[in-house]
Amino acid sequence: MFWRVSIGIAAAQLAHRRRQTIVSTLGVALGVGFFVATSALMSGSEKDMVQRLVDNAPHITVKDEFRTAAPQPVFIVYPEAAVSLTSTKPREYLRGIKNHGAKIEELSRQTGVIAEAALTGTAIVRYAAKDVSAGIAGIDPEKERFLTTIEDDMQTGSLMRLKTASQGIVIGQGMAIRLGLGMDDLATVVSPEGIVRRMKVVGIFRTGNLLLDEGQVYMLLKDAQVLLNKPFVANRIRIKIADPDMAEEVAAELESRWGYRTESWQEVNRDFLGLFVIRNIITYSIVGAIMAVAAFGIFNIISTVVMEKRRDIAILMSMGFRASDIQWVFLVQGVFVGVIGMVLGWLLGLILLQMLGTVEIKVPGLMDTQKLPLEKGIFQFGVGGLFALVSAIAAAWIPARKASQVRPVDIIRGAT
Amino acid sequence: MTGAPIVELKGVTRVLQDAVPVTLVQDIDLVINRGEFVSITGASGSGKSSLLYLLGLLDLPTRGHVLIEGEDTAGFTPDHLADIRLAKLGFVFQFHFLLPEFTVLENVTLPMLRLGRLGEKEIHDRGMSLLADFQIADQANKRPDQLSGGQRQRVAVARALANDPPLVLADEPTGNLDMRNSEIVQAIFAELSAKQGRTVIAVTHDKDFADSAPRNVHLVDGRIERDVRR
Repeated sequence: MFWRVSIGIAAAQLAHRRRQTIVSTLGVALGVGFFVATSALMSGSEKDMVQRLVDNAPHITVKDEFRTAAPQPVFIVYPEAAVSLTSTKPREYLRGIKNHGAKIEELSRQTGVIAEAALTGTAIVRYAAKDVSAGIAGIDPEKERFLTTIEDDMQTGSLMRLKTASQGIVIGQGMAIRLGLGMDDLATVVSPEGIVRRMKVVGIFRTGNLLLDEGQVYMLLKDAQVLLNKPFVANRIRIKIADPDMAEEVAAELESRWGYRTESWQEVNRDFLGLFVIRNIITYSIVGAIMAVAAFGIFNIISTVVMEKRRDIAILMSMGFRASDIQWVFLVQGVFVGVIGMVLGWLLGLILLQMLGTVEIKVPGLMDTQKLPLEKGIFQFGVGGLFALVSAIAAAWIPARKASQVRPVDIIRGAT
Repeated sequence: MTGAPIVELKGVTRVLQDAVPVTLVQDIDLVINRGEFVSITGASGSGKSSLLYLLGLLDLPTRGHVLIEGEDTAGFTPDHLADIRLAKLGFVFQFHFLLPEFTVLENVTLPMLRLGRLGEKEIHDRGMSLLADFQIADQANKRPDQLSGGQRQRVAVARALANDPPLVLADEPTGNLDMRNSEIVQAIFAELSAKQGRTVIAVTHDKDFADSAPRNVHLVDGRIERDVRR
């Protein structure tokens, strides 16, 4: 029952200073509301971007390269010897992934895994006396449409038409504009091997990525093998797995088994993922600053009240209230401001989310406008609320403790 | 039980540790028996209020012992002392010290709620009957600042009696009142002792009030100079 007395006193004091109480509560509410909104936006856009990273490219790419250059045989035989060789050249070997057919077959047997052999290289695309250097990707259209989002980015034509047309290519919109190429036009493709082919444009894509739009050409694997004079060779194995988060582990395992450099999407986008960490630190420090200001508000008000109420504290103590009762009186006020602020903040957050949800933005490269990516999870509300409660209690605790240390005699002696 | 010591000071000295230490009271030996009405007088600065705070367990002695109902309070925790104040002591100060956020009745019932010995209904009834005892029942739902000085001091007395304490301590209870209200409060204290059998210790510089008490303790410079029973 006695704690109800402390709460009663706290409630009476809060009601007595209605305006200050409302202001400090609104401070907390603003902090929580903006935390909910910005955190929803931040983690929403992070998820959205990661999703794009994961979808735009294969999860794992096996390359016909090695992480470290092969050592010279003499160093293998005499590892500790004081030998030095200059002007050595690594052994030339036939580029390409050995026995890729068997590897693809093995990978494809696992559920949820799509594996595609591809050949990449460079060539020059020439049309009407203009030419553009391009990256060539020889692919399997059946699998490519699951590996990347290229099929969704097609403006006209389709990747699948590569299979029906003879000598077809799919180019980016940027390249099409630069060369003046249109659908079904015949472009000349010249490879570094000196092979020249007339190939028909069967599709034009636009990803929004300038490098791809101006410099990427897709064709069938066998056409690329002919063009680059590498019959039966593939220099990439592109893999999609069921759980993208496992890509790093799977890539490491494949690399240790086959020796080829194997990159996961995380490795390729390492710096990009690092940006998210920095972005989150910035966001949470700004929101943290809002909460800190709100907490200082609570601290300030309760400290003032403790100063003003020293006489009341003294009389309560002389009446027989314990120091802890007094501490409760002021702690409860902080908790009250924290809880009400938290609930109001949640409401504000919901309103802000509702408003942000109606905002439409135009993303370059996409034809249709897009809604802001928002993550409306229990996490944002939970963390925001917890933040408010903890800071309110901490802000109230210090002056409450001070109040409990008041020595009634000092006050009463001073007053009489 | 009348006659047995209710509060005892044994060789009590209280020194205020300041830049220059100030001795408030020195070598006090005092026994106050149950049912006594004692006035404490002395010039200002003679230590009479300090003596009262020591008797009321609000302050702790630098040296010596304070015994309540024969029990030495040395070594009691602050919470234990608070509990004793709550159940056994009632304070009245020169200023009423009523809580401004609460009504008159709420101020009176606060110590009972804290003690939690009675039910809500009983607490309310006892609060009302205490107010009635002092002819202020009609003010029960007003705020303290709507009352006159004399009425407020009567509320403060009612609050001091809330938990039915055997010992009532008053620090200049009439110090802030006009003649008429002084007399009313003075009469109340006389009655607390004579009719209700409570022990009353009152610090005062009002000669009339001091003389109305059967026992007077006079302090000079922190020492007991006279202890007279009439």
